[in-house]
Amino acid sequence: MNYSLGIDVGSTTVKTVITDENKTIVYSKYQRHFSKVRETVSEQIKIIKEKYPDAAFRLAVTGSAGLGLANAADLPFVQEVNAAFIAVKESYPDTDAVIELGGEDAKIIFLTGGVEQRMNGSCAGGTGAFIDQMATLLGITTDELDKLALSAQKVYPIASRCGVFAKSDIQPLLNQGAKREDIAASIFQAVVDQTVAGLSQGRKISGNVLFLGGPLFFQKGLRNAFVKTLSLDDRTACFPEEAPVFVAFGSALFAEKSESGRLTADEIINRIENAKTTENVVTGERLFVNRAEYEKFIERHIQNDLKYESIESYTGDAYLGIDAGSTTTKIALITPEGKLLYQYYASNKGQPLDRISKKLGEIYRLSGDRIKIAGSAVTGYGEELIKAGLHIDHGIVETVAHYKAAAFFCPDVDFIIDIGGQDIKCFKIKNGAIDSIMLNEACSSGCGSFIQTFAQALGYDIARFSNLGLFAENPVDLGSRCTVFMNSSVKQAQKDGATVEDISAGLSSSIIKNAIYKVIRAKSPSDLGENIVVQGGTFLNDAVLRSFEKELGRNVTRPAIAGLMGAFGAALYAKENTHGGSSIIGSSEIESFSYKSKAFQCGGCTAKCNLNMVTFANGEKHISGNKCEKGAGKKRTTDDICLYEYKHDLIMKTSLKPAGAPKAKIGIPMVLSYFEQLPLWAKFFTSLGFEVIISDESSRDMYYKGQQTIPSDTVCYPAKLVHGHISDLLEKNIDFIFYPCMSYNIEEPETDNHYNCPVVAYYPELLKANIPELNDSNFKNPYIDPNRKEHVAAVMADLLKEYGISRKQTLAALESGFEALMKFRKDVSSEALRIIARAREEGKKIIVLAGRPYHIDKEINHGINKLITSLGMAVVTEDSICELGNMPDLDVLNQWTYHSRMYRAAEYVTRNDDMQLVQLVSFGCGIDAVTTDEVRAILEKRGKLYTQLKIDEISNLGAAKIRLRSLMAASE
Amino acid sequence: MAKYPIFTDDMKATHTILVPDMLPIHFSLIISILRSSGYKMELLRTSTQTVIDEGLKNVHNDTCYPALLVIGQFMEALNSGKYDPDKTALMLTQTGGGCRASNYIHLLRKALKEKYPQVPVISLNFSGLEKEGGFKLNAPIIMKLLYAVLYGDILMLLYNQCRPYELIPGESDKVLKKWENILNENFSGNKFMGTAKNYKLILDDFAKIKRSKKKKIKVGIVGEIYVKYSPLANNHLEDFLISEGCEPVVPSLLDFVLYCAVNTVNDGRIYGFKNKTTRLFKIGYDVIYAKQKQMISIIKKHGVFEPPHDFEHLRSECDKYIHQGVKMGEGWLIPAEMAALAASGTENIICAQPFGCLPNHIVAKGMARVIKQAFPDANIVAIDYDPGATKVNQENRIKLMLANARR
Repeated sequence: MNYSLGIDVGSTTVKTVITDENKTIVYSKYQRHFSKVRETVSEQIKIIKEKYPDAAFRLAVTGSAGLGLANAADLPFVQEVNAAFIAVKESYPDTDAVIELGGEDAKIIFLTGGVEQRMNGSCAGGTGAFIDQMATLLGITTDELDKLALSAQKVYPIASRCGVFAKSDIQPLLNQGAKREDIAASIFQAVVDQTVAGLSQGRKISGNVLFLGGPLFFQKGLRNAFVKTLSLDDRTACFPEEAPVFVAFGSALFAEKSESGRLTADEIINRIENAKTTENVVTGERLFVNRAEYEKFIERHIQNDLKYESIESYTGDAYLGIDAGSTTTKIALITPEGKLLYQYYASNKGQPLDRISKKLGEIYRLSGDRIKIAGSAVTGYGEELIKAGLHIDHGIVETVAHYKAAAFFCPDVDFIIDIGGQDIKCFKIKNGAIDSIMLNEACSSGCGSFIQTFAQALGYDIARFSNLGLFAENPVDLGSRCTVFMNSSVKQAQKDGATVEDISAGLSSSIIKNAIYKVIRAKSPSDLGENIVVQGGTFLNDAVLRSFEKELGRNVTRPAIAGLMGAFGAALYAKENTHGGSSIIGSSEIESFSYKSKAFQCGGCTAKCNLNMVTFANGEKHISGNKCEKGAGKKRTTDDICLYEYKHDLIMKTSLKPAGAPKAKIGIPMVLSYFEQLPLWAKFFTSLGFEVIISDESSRDMYYKGQQTIPSDTVCYPAKLVHGHISDLLEKNIDFIFYPCMSYNIEEPETDNHYNCPVVAYYPELLKANIPELNDSNFKNPYIDPNRKEHVAAVMADLLKEYGISRKQTLAALESGFEALMKFRKDVSSEALRIIARAREEGKKIIVLAGRPYHIDKEINHGINKLITSLGMAVVTEDSICELGNMPDLDVLNQWTYHSRMYRAAEYVTRNDDMQLVQLVSFGCGIDAVTTDEVRAILEKRGKLYTQLKIDEISNLGAAKIRLRSLMAASE
Repeated sequence: MAKYPIFTDDMKATHTILVPDMLPIHFSLIISILRSSGYKMELLRTSTQTVIDEGLKNVHNDTCYPALLVIGQFMEALNSGKYDPDKTALMLTQTGGGCRASNYIHLLRKALKEKYPQVPVISLNFSGLEKEGGFKLNAPIIMKLLYAVLYGDILMLLYNQCRPYELIPGESDKVLKKWENILNENFSGNKFMGTAKNYKLILDDFAKIKRSKKKKIKVGIVGEIYVKYSPLANNHLEDFLISEGCEPVVPSLLDFVLYCAVNTVNDGRIYGFKNKTTRLFKIGYDVIYAKQKQMISIIKKHGVFEPPHDFEHLRSECDKYIHQGVKMGEGWLIPAEMAALAASGTENIICAQPFGCLPNHIVAKGMARVIKQAFPDANIVAIDYDPGATKVNQENRIKLMLANARR
């Protein structure tokens, strides 16, 4: 019998398939490899040897981890998408498109209408691995996740680009008490959106669709989400029985046709086991040379222990601190002297309120009548919910809690770094106050929980996994990018023969490098400070701590309760601010404590926030997810100190109708530069007798409307939104869309040049090339330089010649257009002065929320402006006050108009004690990689704080809130 | 007073100028030209993990990969102790324009500020940026540099057409080495003007290499200028393609020079003005373009090898898909090269770009659809390069493209 063998080595599993001469599968096996690639493959071949002792196989290896193995073992290789293609052609020839999700890859094959095979780019990240990560986050198995999803009632928007983003969306939902069923379904929907948006790139997925890969085979909830999103039915959606081993099957088919020689199982095993390892693993320094060095290290750190007191015998007052963190819950109960009576540290399994109330009951039981809680404070993501539910006295921002705790251990502390499950927080302390705060961006989080998820994927618990790294001989260098990249770095290291020990040590050092170079942006250890305190659960890990000390080249303080510092700090705060007693719910109430949670949408304004209402047993309610007071059922009072609202309303009120009957209707998408230039073009066209029709306001639905035509999934969200606006305009009755290409913006003083960013400048070209409905007659994108009015007039006259418009007319219209633009900008500036004056009258702080003109789009800023005003501060824009500032000395080329305004605005802020600047950065904005460091330097050089908020399609403001509150606390 | 140290006339005698590794063939020629003009030059060939690490430490991590690598390479060199910081200067090319790349030099100075404030940075540019200082490009040097680009291009072109097919391994490298040596000598002796004669000799030498007749898959490489050419940035893409049994087709550097020149001319045409600069650049463009035409006609006449694309042909290809006003980064040149490659039978194209490259959203991924419409068999893949992106990830995607190509 002539057998063919296909071996598919994926990122998480190994699949083998044997086919006979009739191309029938006679044997197949699917197995997780827990990163022991070679071992698992040879194990499987040994099983095959038992079953087919005399056979010689034609074989081919495939899969993302198979490439290296095939090279090293000198076995034939076939690219996995191609293998899938061969198998589909054989078994399902009627298929129009194939979607395959693997452990970490997503692939699409279009078979009809031009064959095309696509894989996710390096950014889109994992899919199967992503689902695993999310299940871990919820503390359940993927099967349980799937079951939950089937009974969901509601889907929350979760960022679909990358696993890390989604995680930072899900976490706050969990902490706010959203239903796990709904979250499970939302996770699957995010995977679907990611696949559709990232891979279809303008091609519609329709006809008969075949679904392949492990996750799609095992998870019904995911299947349903795909079928629903792509509008398929039982007939057109095909989920083959052999899906998990389908690619291995294709590989066997490929082998059968190939001319490679036949090998017996023994020969294959021999080749695999004797495969030469490549030497391209970059290794770092060992963490500890020997055990003695390790013991000295432990000895040094043990000195920072805390004093304890037994809760079972102590009598007197006590103070309770709770840190409801993103993945973990921490509780500390202390005596007035700061001795620890009770501590708790555990994963919240997505249900922080349940955990904490249970533990509070335990505290009451242990305390008996001896201990009286004389004060309580809560901090962390779940602060508000816990405060409301358990009647905690104080809610404090995390940074303050951490400083309190750190100062207890090291009164001279000048730098604190906290790496938790989800965040990295660093702050400098100067003169007893928080001086500057650095938090990780949504894209580089993953910090602590990353090691945890990884440990589990490799089949270890976290403590054991990280200890493995302590004495690793050749720690691998895994880079310092986001977790998705790290995943594939690890994959490569494994492929190259790195041991689990080496990987463990490498991961510890990656997390540290990420913190130091990405978050803190330090150049040398002296940048950090003299007395460094490290904390957060991740630092309990000796390998991480050692990596940190090694990277810095100096010793640091790790309190023995490093994971408990937030809670401990909160307890200290409660002690300092006590008035003798606490409002916390008592022992009898806690026994009967219960709550119900319900999700609904706020109808207060167009933002349509997803709210979550928790109703407690006593009838009290807590609403979360709202961005302004309105959602919480209160009246809004703050619009009149927010320039974002004013500017947005002002531009939306731009007059769009001409005097008489319109000569034609001209469509203008409300996107990018039009958020500044609409007054110019509206005036230009209306004064020539045209009507201007603008697209509807941005929304999530607007984004989905154009999602299928976005060719580059890493471009910024403001640009992605444009596609929806164009579709929207095409549905309105317009003659053509006018959207000029502008390399240059209007020149402003004291700049080196006045460019637009490449995306703003040329996006119309991309639209024309990717939206099939657009053509030369319904889409006009002339190249103009607004500083050359005469020429613009000529171009416009040419463009409008069929309407009998002359050059003289266009020049005059242009003049009035520019006047309208100047008036608009002047109105905005005077309003800014009014807001500033009013804020000063009321003693309010003023935040310059610095971004780009298009950041007034409510779908882009996600209501951050409202969040700021609800915290009791006034908001102005960078362009409204930049003329008051002087251009500071810059280290960079100041050549983009919008960006140059931020420099002047920042300079102005430094001259005003009651002002702070917060920079809004859209994810993917390459220019801001240049400006952020520069704005930070301008501010910090003159003693101001720098705060950056990175925004994307994510609409959850949990992280932004912490930053803004920290800023408030720090500037007080 | 300037905020940063200037390369003074005196430094010509005392300072060694370090140059980052970008185009191995071209840059070694450029180095010998500058050496013959009295500068002490050294080309950095380092490619260790330390280069990337230094980049990550010294540049904002979201900055594009080329900046990270170039600055990392400089910092690594200065840290290595091999160069006395008091007697070292750094040289960087600067193109200007609305892309982030025009800021590299500033980011480099920023990186130097703390540790090596005394190290001057020289901008090698033709757009009049950074005029102060003792490093001056006079007409004879500019002329020589142009010839270096021309010779570099023809060597790269012929080398890529021979090496995948050579029957005796190493022969193409031998011819390349030989000509690098001859040209280096020519440049120091000012005997480089005889292009017609030299081209023919070079063509003859490469034609003598014994080559297999077996057809190989041609793979075009377009993209961001640094990642496209530098083996350090693109993980030795050309070598990888050759090991996969393909012929890499790399468009010439002269195209980029012409692209930069014609953009200035275009500005006048598109925005309706004329001035000294546009007129000067028009003359420059015509001179350089004539040189390219000469090379093409000699290669054609010789009849063995494929000539490079005619730049005017690239421009007319461009006009079918995108406006020549798109001039940031590599701008319209990328779709023009993709189309020209596809039209001349190289339908498999890799667009090598730094992760998050802004202009490439528009000109690379953004134009793939229309180019595929015009060439249904075009097989275009964009590969992102980044300090965190792994080779296995990139190679797997290239392998997928090759699987498509072989079908």
